[in-house]
Amino acid sequence: MDFSQHFLSILIWLPVFGGIALLAIGDRHAEGSGWGGTMRVTALIVSALTFLISLKLYAGFRNSIAVMQFVERVEWIPSLNVFYYLGVDGISAPLILLTTFITPLVVIAAWDTIKVRPAQYFAAFLILEGLMIGVFSALDGLLFYVFWEAMLVPMFLIIGVWGGARRVYATLKFFLYTFLGSVLMLVAFIYLYRLTGSFDLFVFMEVPIGMTAQKLIFIAFLLAFAVKVPMWPVHTWLPDAHVEAPTGGSVILAAIMLKMGGYGFLRLSLPIVPDGSAYFSGMMIALSLIAIVYISFVALMQQDMKKLIAYSSIAHMGFVTLGFFLFWWIQGDSGAVLGMSGGMVQMISHGLISGALFLCVGVLYDRVHSRQIADYGGVANTMPVFAAFMVLFAMANAGLPGTSGFVGEFMVIIASFKANFWFAFLAATILVLGAAYTLWMIKRVIYGDVANEKVSVLKDLNRREFIVLGVLAVSVLLIGLWPAPLVDMMNATIEHLIERIGHSKL
Amino acid sequence: MNWMTYIAALPEMTILALICVVLVADLFVDDEHRVVTFWMSMAALGITLWSLLATAPDARIVIFSGSYVSDPLSQVLKIAATGFVAISFLYARDYLRANDIHKGEYYVLGMIGLLGMMIMISANSMLTMYLGMETLALSQYTLVAIDRNNVTSAESAMKYFVLGAIASGALLYGISWIYGVTGSLEFDRIAAAIALDPQLNSLPLWFGLAFVIVGIGFKFGAVPFHMWLPDVYHGARTPVTLYIASAPKLAALALTLRILVDALGGLHDVWADMIMVIAVLSLLVGNIVAIAQTNIKRMLAYSTIAHVGFILLAIFCGTDEGNAAALFYTLTYVVAAAGSFGIIILLSRRGYEAENLADFKGLNARSPWFALMMMFLMLSLTGIPPFIGFFGKLNVIGVVLDGNYVGLAVLMVVASVIGAYYYLRVIWYMYFEEAEDQAVLQSSADTRLVLSLNGVAVLALGIMPGWLWVLCLQVIG
Repeated sequence: MDFSQHFLSILIWLPVFGGIALLAIGDRHAEGSGWGGTMRVTALIVSALTFLISLKLYAGFRNSIAVMQFVERVEWIPSLNVFYYLGVDGISAPLILLTTFITPLVVIAAWDTIKVRPAQYFAAFLILEGLMIGVFSALDGLLFYVFWEAMLVPMFLIIGVWGGARRVYATLKFFLYTFLGSVLMLVAFIYLYRLTGSFDLFVFMEVPIGMTAQKLIFIAFLLAFAVKVPMWPVHTWLPDAHVEAPTGGSVILAAIMLKMGGYGFLRLSLPIVPDGSAYFSGMMIALSLIAIVYISFVALMQQDMKKLIAYSSIAHMGFVTLGFFLFWWIQGDSGAVLGMSGGMVQMISHGLISGALFLCVGVLYDRVHSRQIADYGGVANTMPVFAAFMVLFAMANAGLPGTSGFVGEFMVIIASFKANFWFAFLAATILVLGAAYTLWMIKRVIYGDVANEKVSVLKDLNRREFIVLGVLAVSVLLIGLWPAPLVDMMNATIEHLIERIGHSKL
Repeated sequence: MNWMTYIAALPEMTILALICVVLVADLFVDDEHRVVTFWMSMAALGITLWSLLATAPDARIVIFSGSYVSDPLSQVLKIAATGFVAISFLYARDYLRANDIHKGEYYVLGMIGLLGMMIMISANSMLTMYLGMETLALSQYTLVAIDRNNVTSAESAMKYFVLGAIASGALLYGISWIYGVTGSLEFDRIAAAIALDPQLNSLPLWFGLAFVIVGIGFKFGAVPFHMWLPDVYHGARTPVTLYIASAPKLAALALTLRILVDALGGLHDVWADMIMVIAVLSLLVGNIVAIAQTNIKRMLAYSTIAHVGFILLAIFCGTDEGNAAALFYTLTYVVAAAGSFGIIILLSRRGYEAENLADFKGLNARSPWFALMMMFLMLSLTGIPPFIGFFGKLNVIGVVLDGNYVGLAVLMVVASVIGAYYYLRVIWYMYFEEAEDQAVLQSSADTRLVLSLNGVAVLALGIMPGWLWVLCLQVIG
């Protein structure tokens, strides 16, 4: 068997079957050797192996062409003309790499902090990883939908079983919100299937669609993706889900699951219904700007660190949707490419930064069992190494040049200047507001005098935590200082995409 | 006519003969060894299954002067019904023994009900249909009352009987009008008469049709004829509920397809609207009222009502593909329903009915495997891919969109989201809550095995749904 023919399948199914194996191993081997037991080691090996294999995605990826690579296409349900059709391009490959990169870190971060049913916890993350890679690589509409929905189940369990006090409310809200959004996408898929006789996304992209249908399909897709991103005003599930989720759940949610929405816009909305997207682009930009400005003010008011980062995520994801929909407001393709690449870079960078910030909060929470800003103060005195990391990630979140947070935001702001001064003006407020809420949190938590007893006895990072945060810090700086490899990877695909959406499909 | 053609009815003859054998043999079995009756019944079902496979018709065969039909559709439905009756017997055995109601009558009545279902499935005239329906209904009434000392069982049996009699009366009344207008009871001749003389398609026939739809609505448990369903599901002992919830749905589907499509297909324009209204009501009422239930049997009863809405909406489209989608949906729904009631039976034990949702609390800690199976079943009923329930919904939404009913399609998916809440609540109780009841699950190895297969089946079918859809399209076309 030639494994290179099934490269993406291996990436998807290795973690899924690894997760099933973990369920079979069970908690019986949770303790044991100094390593933390068979089950944890298995989880680490599987996720690390997946990451190592996925590196071939980078090494073997051809930047210069915009066609799908690593393609697999096998009949799945012949009677419905559904194919098991996988492939990656410059949009999905970086997101898959992000997924395989973050998951081992989540496994390490949860190493000995999860006491209840750890085998199921790790299994849920591994299965979730496989399904998320499936979403990013599926090129058949039905297959995409299967991964998209199936992904909800492990996350539902992660928040519900290992979450905080109001976990049931949060996880049901998460599930029902996203489910409601995505079922309408299913209706749109079935409509397109009936139109074309196929679920192939490229067939969807080629087929001419009338304007009314395009508008309706755009709205159906929008509901699915706007909930996932999340865009204002359907963002309210996110703060609840983040606050109640265990650290690992928050990380995956912020780092990867939110990106599904942005990915969906690029993969489905823009190319399948370009005229519908054009029609609604003004509204999309307005919603993005509201998310950036209004949600930043909301973030300023938060008392809970996780909630603050959650709102900051919504604001930063506003940049992503802003960058994607600037196309119709810019003269000339180079600006549009800049906006869209900026959105993509922002997705990757936000994945790293928000994940890192949630891990930082997790580090504090494991020690003090509180997420309230008011319960901390002067952490830098007792945890200097941790404080250095957290300040770095906070700076990155505020868009400090030299960190990855700056690159994407800067690209989008430049692109919006080309479109309209006021877009850029409003978008740039995040540089002020983002700095305000992040640094104010840092000031209250990290600096100042030691606030109370609990802070005074804090122990600094252990080796495990240091590795996780260190790896993330390096990658945030690397993308900030040298974003070229990432931008090159997606450039050809985005140019191709822009050319495609430039043609009307009416 | 060659007597050999009657061989098409061999399965019915087989099961009738075997019922008599089991009934008599059961007299010589004492309560200690009642399991002998169980195994005899299973053997009888096995032989019936064999006779079904042996008489597989390649084409449509009509015998008994046009009142009995054997075609691929009847073949598939009968095999499935026999299989589900066997599964319900297996799940029931330990429960009945533990609760001192392990009577031979359970199996005998169950098989008589199966005979009724088979007659319904193969009916080609109104009277055959009615005969089968009553055979099934009478054995169901009795089964509900099988625990005669239980007040709720007796009450629900009474309710079922009275309402069932009214519905049968309505159906019979409708049949008499149709007979009066078309001059025939045979489905083929009714269809031919309507096709021949368009004048017949007028108020008197519609009047009869309306009563027939009342009967169908009652059998399926569609709103507003659903009132019996939650009470019966709740009142009956769980194995009986399992029986009622599984195989008879296939017979109800046959009833609908044979009467509405085979006989009255020419009146599609007339009955489509009626079916659509009761289907939409079923979808909404079923899904919304299910949220308020604390008893899982009642909850699953309302969920059944909601699923019936889906099945009827597929039939509403009036295309072959729509009917195939209805068949696919019914078959896959019954797999999940049988498994869910199987898990409820598994959690029950002597003197203890695990029928409240709260009894599922902490199941993940007590038995991770069966919690996983129940999760599969619930997700399948919700319609989450890759479980098979999703593909049932996919097909139905597909045919509804084919008819350009975009509003209906949106309504269906929104109703599914509402429905998701109460299925998720079961998962929530199993996984997020601490167990209140710590008793070890008791059941025999064969039950566990079949229950596990049942749970895995909704996943396995979901990964490989193609062949079933092809089969459904073939037997309908």
